[in-house]
Order: sequence, then C-alpha cells, then structure tokens
Amino acid sequence: MINAFSPALLFLLGALFIPLFKGRLRNAYLLLLPLAGFALLLSMQEGAQGVLSFLEYQLVLVKVDRLSRFFGYIYLLITAIALVYAFHVKESSHHMASLFYAGSALGVVFAGDFLTLFIFWETMALSAAFLVWSGKTKNSAAAGIRYLLVHILGGLFLLMGIILHVHETGSLAFGYLGLNGLSSWLILIGFGVNCAFPGLHAWLPDAYPETSPAGGVFMWTFTTKTAVYVLARAFPGEHLLVWIGVTMTVFPIFFAVLENNLRRVLSYSLINQLGYMVTGIGIGTQLSLNGTVAHVFCHILYKALLVMSMGAVIYRTGKTNATDLGGLYKSMPLTTLFCIIGAASISAFPLFSGFVSKSMVVEAAALGGMTIVSLMLLFASVGVLEHAGIKVPFHAFFSHDAGIRTKEAPLHMLVAMGAAAVLSVLIGVYPAPLYRLLPYPVEFAPYTPSHVLTTMQLLLFGAFAYVLLIRSGIFPAEVRATNLDTDWFYRKGTAVFLQVLNGPAAQMGEKIRRTVFERIPSALSWFGKNPLAVLKMASDRALLAFSGPEQRNILIARLEKEKNIYPGDIIKHWPVGTSVLWATLLLLAYLLLQY
Amino acid sequence: MEKKHIFDKPENVKRFLLGFYLLLGISLAAELFVHKHAYFWWEHYPFFHAAFGLVAFVALILAAKHFLGPLVRKRENYYD
Repeated sequence: MINAFSPALLFLLGALFIPLFKGRLRNAYLLLLPLAGFALLLSMQEGAQGVLSFLEYQLVLVKVDRLSRFFGYIYLLITAIALVYAFHVKESSHHMASLFYAGSALGVVFAGDFLTLFIFWETMALSAAFLVWSGKTKNSAAAGIRYLLVHILGGLFLLMGIILHVHETGSLAFGYLGLNGLSSWLILIGFGVNCAFPGLHAWLPDAYPETSPAGGVFMWTFTTKTAVYVLARAFPGEHLLVWIGVTMTVFPIFFAVLENNLRRVLSYSLINQLGYMVTGIGIGTQLSLNGTVAHVFCHILYKALLVMSMGAVIYRTGKTNATDLGGLYKSMPLTTLFCIIGAASISAFPLFSGFVSKSMVVEAAALGGMTIVSLMLLFASVGVLEHAGIKVPFHAFFSHDAGIRTKEAPLHMLVAMGAAAVLSVLIGVYPAPLYRLLPYPVEFAPYTPSHVLTTMQLLLFGAFAYVLLIRSGIFPAEVRATNLDTDWFYRKGTAVFLQVLNGPAAQMGEKIRRTVFERIPSALSWFGKNPLAVLKMASDRALLAFSGPEQRNILIARLEKEKNIYPGDIIKHWPVGTSVLWATLLLLAYLLLQY
Repeated sequence: MEKKHIFDKPENVKRFLLGFYLLLGISLAAELFVHKHAYFWWEHYPFFHAAFGLVAFVALILAAKHFLGPLVRKRENYYD
C-alpha cells in the first residue's frame, strides 16, 4: 500500500493537519507540503503502483509516466506559488479546501483506472465549490451552488460513460478511448464540462470571478487543466476536438471585449487559452501534443500571474471593474510590472513564455495544412492581445486615474507574483529545459527570424489598431452591465420554471385536487343517494328539451319538485318489476361480455 | 500636492507613443531583411501579418460592439 503514496494522498492527508498550526508555523507547514510532494514525485518510479483488486476489477491508484509526471511538476509548482500568495488568509478551512482541491487534481492525474479517476474528479468539484464560496458574498454563495450543480451533472455524464465502458470492455483501466460509441461520447461530455467546451462553459465566467483572491489562483489552474490532461490521454487525434478547440479560441474573445469585470475577462481568456490546448489534442501529432502540454505549463504560470495581480488589486481596493479602476500604477508599481509580464506572456510576445508554447500548436496546424483553423488561431491571437494583453493591465493600472491611492501588494503576494513572472520570462528566453520534459522529443525552434517578425507585426499592429480606435472614439467605453452567456438558460430557465410552478402550475394543481378529491366524490355520493331519482330528473330534463311550450311549465314545475324532495323516499320508488328488469339487464350484459 | 507620476506629464505619453510608432516602423522595415517562411499562400504577401493584425483587431471590436453587445448586454443587476 505504501507504494501508492502519491503527492495527491500527501495533500489530502496533509490538509487535515492544517488547523493544528497558526501564524508563521502554519505558513511554513503549508509550504512544506508541495516541497515534500516534489521530493516524493522525483522518487516515484514509472509504471503502475498501488494495484488493488476490487470486485472483479483492478484498481491502479497511481500510474506514473512522462505525461502524468509533467502535470505533477507544474501542479506542485503552482500549488507552492499559490500557497505563498495565500499566506494572509487566516481561515484554516480556506487552505484545507485549496489543498483538497489541488490534491484531487493530482489524484486524477495519477489515476490509472476510471474509478479512482472518478472519485478524485468529484472531490475536485466539491472542494472547488468551497473556494467559490470563499468569496463570501451573496453572489459567490449562489454561484457556488450553480458551480456544484453543473459539475455534478457533468460528473453524472462521466459516470454513465464509465459504467457503459466497463460493461463493454470489462476493464476499468483508463487510457486511450477514441470516439466510438455512446460510452466514449458520454465520457467526452463529462470531460467537456470541466474543459469549458463551447456551450458547456458558462459555469466558468459565472463562478471564477466570485472566488477570493487567493482561491482564484487555484481555481484558474486545476479543474480545466485536469480536463485537458484526461482529454490528451483519452482522445488524442480526435478530429472533432480541433473544431471544438478553435471555436473555444475565438468565441470568448468577443465576450471579453464587452466585459467590464476584469476577472471575468480573465475567465473568458482562460477558455480562449484552453482552446489552443484542445486544438493541439485534436491535431494529435507529436508536435501538437507537445504544444498542448507545453502550453499547459506556460499558461498555468502566466494566467496565475494575471489572476494574482488582479487579486492583489481586489485585496487592496476591493474593486475589479474596469469602470472603477485606473491609475493604480502609481500606488502598485510592482504589481503593475508583474501584470504586464503576464500580459506579454499570454499575448505570446517573443522572449515571453506564451511564444514558445502556443507557436507549437499553431505550427502543427499549419503543417497539417489546416487553412481555416490556422486563420482562426491567428485571429484568436489578436483577440488575446486585445483583452489579456492590453485591456486588463491598461484599465487596472493606467487608463484614467480613478483617484484610488493605496499600498503596494503585501510582500508574500509580491514574492508569489515575482516567482511566476521570473519563470514566465525564463521559459520564454530559454525554453530548452521545458522542452526536455515534454512527452515526445522536440525538434522545434521557436526563435526563427521569420516567426519573430510575423508575430511582432501581428501584435504591434493589433496594438496600433487599439491606439487608433481609442483616439477616434470608436472603441466602446467600458460600462457597468451584465453580459448574458449560456448560463442565462439555466438561471432564467429555473426562475421561469419556479414561476410556472408557483403560478399556473399551482392553480392547475389546485383545480385538479378540487375536481378529483371534492367535486367528483361529492357528485358521486349525491348520485348514490338515489340513482333512480337522478335518472328520472335527467330524463325529465331531456324531455324538457324536446317538448312544446305548453308542456314546458309542467315539466319545469315537476323538475323543481324533484329537486326539492331529493333524495326523497328511496324505497317508494323501487317497485319489484323494476328490480327484476335491472337484474335481467345486468345478467344479459354479463352474458354478452362472456361471449 | 501629490507627487507627479510618469504618465501625468503629457510629454511622457507622447514619448511613449513615439517609441511605439518607431517599433511599428522597424517591424515593417525588418521584412526587407528577413526571409519569411510561408506555409500558406497568403503569407507570401508583404506585410500580411501587420495588415491582418490591424484589420482583425478593428473587426473584433466592431463585431463585439455592434453585434454581440446589443444581443447580450443587460443592466448590471439583471439577475437579482
């Protein structure tokens, strides 16, 4: 059992002891966990460990290969950075949720079978919901519930797929699937929810901006990249993913233009970046898969950097809307610098990390002769420049001075941001060590004169367009607004559903209740008091309809009398002959039914 | 009296933009000295990437402003 001890288990167990420590000792303990995890990961051998039999199946709690080890490195690295960034958080529960979340993500990465994967998949969703609630606002409470519901639904799709898959193959082993048949489609949908596939993505810009500054760093990292990991394992080279991926690179950039909340901009930016990774998985060549994995590494660092810089702004000012911010470079110069480094990295400027990873996916698409895909990726690059490269740093730190004067971010936040910034630049300048860690051998040179030139032209003239649009007043002003996304369907949908339930549906239900339980029984009991008299009244009424005017008055008087004396004397109206007639009719009916 | 910061002075903004325009010029001029490696026919056109960057950026902003905006933009407390 001891050989199943992975960084995942270390985090899950280690999180339990956090409440025992306070102050600096607790911070030291927090930092110790990812460091110990790193040592543990280095000592782990390739191959399957922690193999258990479960019913007639085999569980592989830990499986290490180049790909899972790579994800392990970056997850441990970002956990260390994010924990340093979270030193100011006093609540043990926040740190426990963070480590449970990171540990669950590591658990998925090292899972060798579907059952282990699924369990960690679900604990990941649950602990992440606590990080959404860590925002401690009314909005974050509601968004956390929505987050949980969406992910439970996604998890159910995954579970259905797994059950079908196990039924078909008789094996729990997790590995290459490919799209063939219902089970793989269900699993793809389950993965797709976490990967923010188009249409399944709305939980992300809904929940992530509501997290606490420290919780956000974890959130922007784990769920989505773990989904990329499982997609890269199960569906490499699945052509559908190319189209899903490029759609993801393109559609969020339009939303990001409109968005006022800068953390929501970073949420759309995350979907856009995931698009490059999914495209790389879909192309499925060694170069593109290397590109996807390299991009995961670079992206985690620079996106965390951007999220941390916006978190520092919230921590100091309580604001995150472009309309409320501006001019903060005067109070927070270092945070400004780090944000700009993050922005340059995500925009893929040469010498920054995005340049050396994104270009692998783009080149793989070009080598595959994918015309439309290549043009869409090029367009998306311009979009990244617009929202993450320019909008986020410009509106928070420059633009019009909003008059906010505050302090620079606290030291531990600066250290965390500094580490991510230094790494983003180092990887950009010297990508060889990163390339050595990739699953396949790398024969890719990012720094060709042609590539540097075309990238610089694209980005510089994109920025030039920004200057022109601002100067001419065409650029849309930031306004306070809610921009709808596909979560509208379930947010408004449930509201309408509740209204229907409370209004028309409730009235209808009341009507049905009254009819079934009051009117019909009372009518039947009235009828039962003297059925013959009722039949007599009915026949009189029928006669009334067909009678001439002279008979009407007589009939009406008789009906009136019958009504008044109802049920009347029952026995008097039952001559023996009638009973015999009825009995004969009944027997006749019975006879007919028999034949 | 608060300290004047770097972009409080208009001449610094001007200098920054001047540097930026200079970079634009350099990136165009460099094309004369660099052999472009083209995968697609359109990449053979001189200054293709510069033109694409400019046009795509403007198209993105206009599309978001005039098409997506009217469709999805609601008042801030829409969901409350």
